[in-house]
Parts: sequence; C-alpha cells; structure tokens
Amino acid sequence: MGQTITEKIIAKHAGKDSVIPGETVWVSVDLVMTHDVCGPPSFAIMEREFGSDAPVFDREKVVLIPDHFIFTKDPASIRNVDLLRGYAKRKNIKYFYDPANETYRGVCHVGLPQAGHCRPGELVIGTDSHTCTYGAFGEFSTGVGNTDAGFVLGTGKFLLKVPRSLLFLFEGKLPKGVMGKDIILTSIGRIGSDGATYCTMEFRGSAISDLCMDERMTICNMAVEAGAKNGIIAPDEKTREYLKGRTAVPYTEYQSDPDACYAAKYEFKAEELVPVVAKPYSPGNVCPVKEVAGTKLTQVYIGSCTGGKTADFKAAAEVLKGRKVKIRTIITPATKEVAASLDAEKIDGQTLREIFEAAGCDPIQPPSCGACMGGPIDTYGRTMADEVVVSTTNRNFPGRMGSMQSQVYLASPYTAAASALFGVLTDPREVL
Amino acid sequence: MSQEKILKGKAYVLDDKIDTDQIIPACYLTLVPTIPEERVALGSHALSGLPERYPRFVKEGESKCEYTFIVAGRDFGCGSSREHAPVALSAAGVKAVIAESYARIFFRNCIMTGSLFPLETPVKLNERVKNGDELTLDLENNTVILPDGEKISLTPLGAAGEVIEAGGIFEFARESGMISK
Ligand code: SF4
Repeated sequence: MGQTITEKIIAKHAGKDSVIPGETVWVSVDLVMTHDVCGPPSFAIMEREFGSDAPVFDREKVVLIPDHFIFTKDPASIRNVDLLRGYAKRKNIKYFYDPANETYRGVCHVGLPQAGHCRPGELVIGTDSHTCTYGAFGEFSTGVGNTDAGFVLGTGKFLLKVPRSLLFLFEGKLPKGVMGKDIILTSIGRIGSDGATYCTMEFRGSAISDLCMDERMTICNMAVEAGAKNGIIAPDEKTREYLKGRTAVPYTEYQSDPDACYAAKYEFKAEELVPVVAKPYSPGNVCPVKEVAGTKLTQVYIGSCTGGKTADFKAAAEVLKGRKVKIRTIITPATKEVAASLDAEKIDGQTLREIFEAAGCDPIQPPSCGACMGGPIDTYGRTMADEVVVSTTNRNFPGRMGSMQSQVYLASPYTAAASALFGVLTDPREVL
Repeated sequence: MSQEKILKGKAYVLDDKIDTDQIIPACYLTLVPTIPEERVALGSHALSGLPERYPRFVKEGESKCEYTFIVAGRDFGCGSSREHAPVALSAAGVKAVIAESYARIFFRNCIMTGSLFPLETPVKLNERVKNGDELTLDLENNTVILPDGEKISLTPLGAAGEVIEAGGIFEFARESGMISK
C-alpha cells in the first residue's frame, strides 16, 4: 500500500521502510527549535535529567530564537532572554539569534526558514504550537512542550505516534482577493477547530502549487488551529527556488504515493472560495466576510508568524496604496528580513513602508511576535479594554491579544487592510 | 506521579474548548515551571483566564484550589504548546482531568510530564456533574463514580498510559533502555 509524505518522512527517521497510522515509534530529530518563553523551562528539565554539564545531542541541530517578549521592560522577560544566552554559551550552540546584536531575527516561524533551517524531508520539533509552519517546506514539523523538548535536547530522539492523514485538495485558480489565509480558515471552518486532532493536514492541488512559500507557510501555520499534529505541502520548484542561497545542506524530497491512504479527503473548487473571517472566539468560527461586513472595528493588526511576512505586507499595501486608514492600524513585520523588504519592495515606485506611512498607519514596529499573544502590559498594540480588532494572526480566544473584553476577527491581509479603510469589516474585493 | 489508584475529591466543571490562554494567560508565561516558587505562583493563576460566569478556581490570596478533578467537554487544552498549562493545574492541586477529548499537545504534555491524568470519557460528563460534586476516580478499572453511585467507564489510555505509569518520558526511556539510568 502507498504511503503519504508524512508517513514516508516518519518511517525514514524511525529507520523503517514504512509506518502505519496509530503505531508509536522513536524517531531521530533533525532540528529542535525553542524560544524565550519555553526555552528556559526546557533547559532546566534537560539539565535536571542529564546533569548540568550534559551536552546537547548535536550543537548544530538546536536553534535558539528569542522572539516573543523582546521589546518590553518586563524583568522576567529580560531574564528569560538572558537564560537563553547563558545556555547557548554553556552548550556551545551554533545557532542563537541574540536580540542584543545583529544576529537577531524576529519571529521563529518566519526566521527559521529565512535562515535556511527548513528543508524538505527533515523532521523538526519546536516548543511552540505553530512549529507546524515548516511543513510548507515538505518536512514533518510539530510543536511540543518543555519536557518533550528537554528530552530531545539531550537525546535527539522523540516518541511519536504516527498520525492519520487528512487530504485537503484545492484545484483551480484562486479568485482575486482570496489568499492562503482564506484557504486555511475555510479548511478549519469545514472541519471545526478540533476536526484534525492528532491528524496530519496535507494540502495539495493546483491552487496550492500556485502559491508562493510565504502563502504556503500561512496555511501550514494554522494546521494546529484545527488540532492537527502537522500540516504539510509537498516540495516543488518554488520550494527549491526559495532554498537556493539559504541552505547548502542536501535534502531529500518526498511525495505522497497515488495510492496513499487518507482518513478523509476534502475537495474544494478554488474558484468558489471567498474572503472569510474567523469570528470571536475561535479560529473555527468561520464565515464569509460578506456575512459580517459592516461590523464596527477599533483596531487593525497586521503581523505575526501567520500574517506578518513579505507577501502579507505586499497584499496590505496593494489595498492601502493612495488611500487613508480610518482606524488605528498596526504594522509589525515578523522578522528583520521582512522589515528590510518593506523598504526594498515597491508598488508603482513607492516602497511598502512609504505606502503604510502615507496611509496613516501607526509607526512600523520592530520585528517580533508583538501583540499577537498580548504579552507584557507595555507591548505595543496589546488590547487594553473592549477593542474590536481585525487581525492577520492565528488565534482569537478570549484575552488572546491582551484584554478579556476585546474581540478579535482573524482575516487575510487583504481583508484587514480593506477594513482599515472604512473602520468596519470590509470584503477586499470591493476595493481591489 | 503518585501511585494511588483511587482518587477522591471535588470536581470543577467546564464547557467545551477551554484553551490554554484560559488555563494560564500569556502574561504568566514568564514564570518558569521548574523553579519551585514560580511553579506555586503558576498554580495560583490556574484557570484565571476563564470568563466571569465561572466561579473562581483558586481563591484570592491562595495558591491551591479546593478541587481534585476538572471535568470538561471537547478539545480541552486547545491552543498553545505551553506546558505551563498542565503544570499550573497540577500545582493548584488537580490530579486528573476528565474530558470528552483533548487538544493533542496538552494531552501529550500531561503524559510526558506525568503531571496529570488526562482521561477521556465517552459521555458528556460535564452535563451530569455539577461544580463541587464529590467524585471517585478508579484508575485501575478506568471508571469514575458519580455522587449518586453511578459508575461511568473511561477510555483506557493505551500506549500513553505506559509512559504515565513509568512517571513520564524520562523514566519511560530509562526503563526501556533508550537512555542510561
Ligand atoms: S507571532 Fe504569535 S503565534 Fe506566532 S510565534 Fe509569535 S506569539 Fe506565537
């Protein structure tokens, strides 16, 4: 019987020819990622179990990338970055992206691929639920807790139950105004926010192949919002193109077999997709923007690992160019590389930065997770009261962006920018 | 993990889809669970992100709750990968969660840390049990006994159970010879 791409990658890392869903296997890990929130407890667990001078399993396979609570005066947040710095030094970790110097990158899930750490066929674990983002590069990638990470840091091994795969097929051409974010929100809306629990979400079809890597990352990023263990898109020419100049490490490409077995298949006609939002308070609470158009907003947030990449800001700028925002609009690039692209990328001779400034957006923020998860009280853009926000982020649970009284609508950068123009939820097709 | 097979105590009852931001809000994530005082502090903030319609889980100024069990609906622990979530519940004194289903990372974190038993019930127990009801959990026979004496069977933990029984992933790996003792 055929295997899915996920099964092939797991089998390879378990030293087997094949695996079956439900089977529990030990796999060897190619990369462990951790950041300032979960790094310190993971290190403490690793050293408690293996001793304080124990080395990590491979100094070149660990990435420490602080990104969550960086631009804050909160003492505990500052302490945690210091703990990362100390660990990196003690264990002689090769990849530590220090906020105190030019190696700083920004949000892990965008920074890792940009730094060339994501490659097809590999197996990655990270102490963050959106680690599933890297599946966009045709690799197996999943989020874990600190104890798991502490174990992997010491051993390079991970105990894994082989997930069943669900196939999401998008054939055809996406209509104008519809983005990767609409694809993933539509998928989650179809199966519910626990519809893929313990499973793989595999995305395929001509509409997926047409998307750039930034957009594919948006899709895999939110697989966890349907409960999935991982999201995955098979590698192709676009993947190879992205990796050129970013990594010199050879990699293996896997594809699902034509007779691979799926627990369920969901087919969508790309032409029929429309811009959608997830209403408060669940990413699975999805409806077309049209149904809630006119809902009054107080704030727009464009940022995070989901919606703070170059392709996201290009989309937002396309809408905002030559126009004025009506409500507070916050722009937080995910990484330094994205921030630099705001000055490099142009639409009709104007840089993205110039477009945002001319449109009256708030001053562009330094790259980090920003207000995506609220964070310390002095975080720029954190909700403080009963704000109603349209956001390009990935979660809208009560209190996610700060205040328990605030409400968050999740949407594409097109929809967020179009809504900024009128101060109410707006279908971007009306302004594109 | 304690080796007690019969657990008795009060239940705190929750709806479907209680996410990790409600279990432990992001502003407490700078607390490090392996530092004993900070672990206690995490316990005092357990479930402090719940909407106001719920009674307070841990009383003002205290670090422990009066409950042994959480009884919840579907997809308990959805959201982030924060291990602070099961740790906060455990630090507050909770021994087991009984829910219809779990988000994968929360479930996994309970197992790997050995901090809590994440048990699955095939029935909507959160519609049968009221806040403060006394329950008896029989881990040997996978049953929970309600105040009126009715016994409800729970789904066996399977392979994950072996890891909890061993006391978490490190002990499990030592027992199986994966890492040295
Ligand atoms: S941007 Fe938001 S979702 Fe992404 S890693 Fe940071 S806090 Fe998490």
